[in-house]
Amino acid sequence: MAKITYIQTDGTSTIVDVKDGDSVMRGAKLNGVPGIVAECGGGASCGTCHVYVDKDNTRPLSTMHAVEDELLYCTASPRLDNSRLSCQIPVSDDVDGLVVHVPEKQI
Amino acid sequence: MAAASSSVVVVGAGHAGGQVAVSLREQGYRGSITVVGAEPVAPYQRPPLTKAYLAGKTDVEGLLMQKESYYEDNDIELVLDDPVAVIDRAARVVVLSSGRTLVFGDLVLATGATPRTLPGTLSLRTIADTDAVRARLDGPSRVVVIGAGFIGLEFAAVAREQGHDVTVVEALPRAMARAVTAFTSAHVVAEHEKTGVRVLLGTQVKAVRTGAVELADGTVLLADLVVAGIGVVPNAELAAGAGLTVGDGIVVDAHLRTDDPSIYAIGDCARFSSTRTGGRIRLESVQNATDQATCVAASIMGSAEPYTGLPWFWSEQHAVKLQIAGLVDGHDHTVVTGDPDGGRFSVFCFRGDRLLGVESVNKPADYMLARRLLSAGGTVSPAVVAAPGFDLRTYLQGGAAAA
Ligand SMILES: Cc1cc2nc3c(=O)[nH]c(=O)nc-3n(C[C@H](O)[C@H](O)[C@H](O)COP(=O)(O)OP(=O)(O)OC[C@H]3O[C@@H](n4cnc5c(N)ncnc54)[C@H](O)[C@@H]3O)c2cc1C
Ligand code: FES
Repeated sequence: MAKITYIQTDGTSTIVDVKDGDSVMRGAKLNGVPGIVAECGGGASCGTCHVYVDKDNTRPLSTMHAVEDELLYCTASPRLDNSRLSCQIPVSDDVDGLVVHVPEKQI
Repeated sequence: MAAASSSVVVVGAGHAGGQVAVSLREQGYRGSITVVGAEPVAPYQRPPLTKAYLAGKTDVEGLLMQKESYYEDNDIELVLDDPVAVIDRAARVVVLSSGRTLVFGDLVLATGATPRTLPGTLSLRTIADTDAVRARLDGPSRVVVIGAGFIGLEFAAVAREQGHDVTVVEALPRAMARAVTAFTSAHVVAEHEKTGVRVLLGTQVKAVRTGAVELADGTVLLADLVVAGIGVVPNAELAAGAGLTVGDGIVVDAHLRTDDPSIYAIGDCARFSSTRTGGRIRLESVQNATDQATCVAASIMGSAEPYTGLPWFWSEQHAVKLQIAGLVDGHDHTVVTGDPDGGRFSVFCFRGDRLLGVESVNKPADYMLARRLLSAGGTVSPAVVAAPGFDLRTYLQGGAAAA
C-alpha cells in the first residue's frame, strides 16, 4: 500500500491509497482522479495516462521500456524529462509518498 | 442553455451506462442518477475478459470501472440484477423486473448486445460466461472456436497459450473481415498458425454435436469445448416495446436521441447518424460506448453538440497488439509502412486520396498520431505515405498536418 498524490494543473491535489501491484494509473481511475484517461486500460498502447513525476522525487520507479518511450513522444501534452505513463509505474511500499502532476490534456 | 432535468435513469450498467453516470457527475449534474443493470456486477470492462481475465492475470475487482464506494460517494444509485422490464413513456417511468418503478426526466438506454448463439456452444460476453468457459479449460482440452472475429481469435490465442489444442472455423474467406484489411487479416492468421492454432477459413459448420463439430465437407473435429464468436444482436426489444424506432439497434439521430427527445440510446445497442461516415452505423467498441456516454451527459446538461467521436479499437492476440484509428471499411487503397516481417507495421487505408483509417500492429506511436490527425479532420496523401522512409511522427512535426 502506498499513498500517491495527484496534482492537477489548477493546483488541486488528491491523495489516494493504492494497493501493492496496482499501477499509479489504476489508483487514479479507481478513485475518480480526473485527468488520467487511460483508454487502453493499462496496456501501454494509448498514451492517455501521461503524468509528470514530481521534480523532487527520490523514490525508485520502474525502468522505462522502449514502447513507453516511443509513446511518450506522441502524448497530447508535451513530453518533459519527468514524463511517464502512469500505467507503467507499479505501486509498492517503495513509492509511498510519490507525487505526480496530471498534464493539461491527454487526448 | 436549457435547464437539466432533475432525474436521469440509465438502463444497462455496462460500459456506456456506467460512464454516463460518471460523466454526468463530472460535468456537475446535480439531479438524481439511477443506473439499473441486469447483471449482478457493477459496471466493468469487457475487453480483458478474453485477454487478462481469461488468462488469470486479473480478477473481477481488476475489471471494475470504479471502485465499489465510488457510486455511493457520488450519490449514484446502482440497482443491480434487476433488469428493466417496461418503459412507460406516457407516465415517464420504467418498471423493473422486481416491480419497482423509477420516474425519469431523461432516460438513457445502454443495454448493449447479446451474442448470437449456436446450440452446444458457449459464448463470451459477461464475467459469468467467461467463468463458465474458464472452468472447462482446467485440464487439457480440444477446443473449437466458431467464428474468426476479434472475440473468437482472442479467445483462441489465450487457450493456445494455455496449451490447449485449438481450431478456429470461419465461414468467410478471411478473418475479422468486417473490421480490418486483408493484409492485417492475413498477418494475424499467420501469427495464430505459428503458435499452432489451426485456422480453417471459408469453412462452414454443419452441426455441433456432443464432443464434436461436423463441417460442411463432412470432416469431424473432436471437441471438448466449443466456443462461438459469431457476432451479437443489439438489445433493442425494450425500446421497441415502448414504440421507439428500432432496426439492427435502437435508431437515434446525430445527438443520440431516439424519436422521444428525452430518451437517448448509446453504445452497442444504438444505431446512430454518423457525422463522420454519413448514414447510420452501429459500432461495438469501448471508444463508442465511452464517447457516446460523455456526449449524452453533455446533452442532458444542455449542450447542443452532436456526437462526433473518432472510432478507435484495439485487440491483442499472441504477439500482435493491433490498434485501429478511424474506420477502414470502404477503403479502396492501402499503403503498408514499417516492417511486416518483423511484426511491426501500419496499414494506411484510403478512399481515393482521403485517409480513412490506420491499422497498426505493434506500432502504438503510429496509432496515436493517426488518431490525432484524423480527429482533427486532417489527412495525408497515399503518395506521401508510400515515399521511402516515410515516418508519421517526422511528417507531422514538419507541420504538414492540415486537412
Ligand atoms: C469479450 C469481449 C472483448 C472485447 N474486447 C474489446 C476490445 O478489445 N476493444 C474494444 O474497443 N471493445 C471490445 N469489446 C467491446 C466492448 O466491450 C463493448 O463495445 C462495450 O462493452 C459496449 O458497452 P455497452 O455499455 O454498450 O454494452 P455492455 O457493456 O454490454 O453493457 C450493457 C449492459 O446492459 C445490461 N442490460 C441489457 N438489458 C437490460 C435491461 N433491460 N435492464 C437493465 N440492464 C440491461 C446488460 O446486461 C449489460 O450489462 C469487447 C467485448 C467483449 C464481450
Ligand atoms: S493506460 Fe493506455 S498507455 Fe497507460
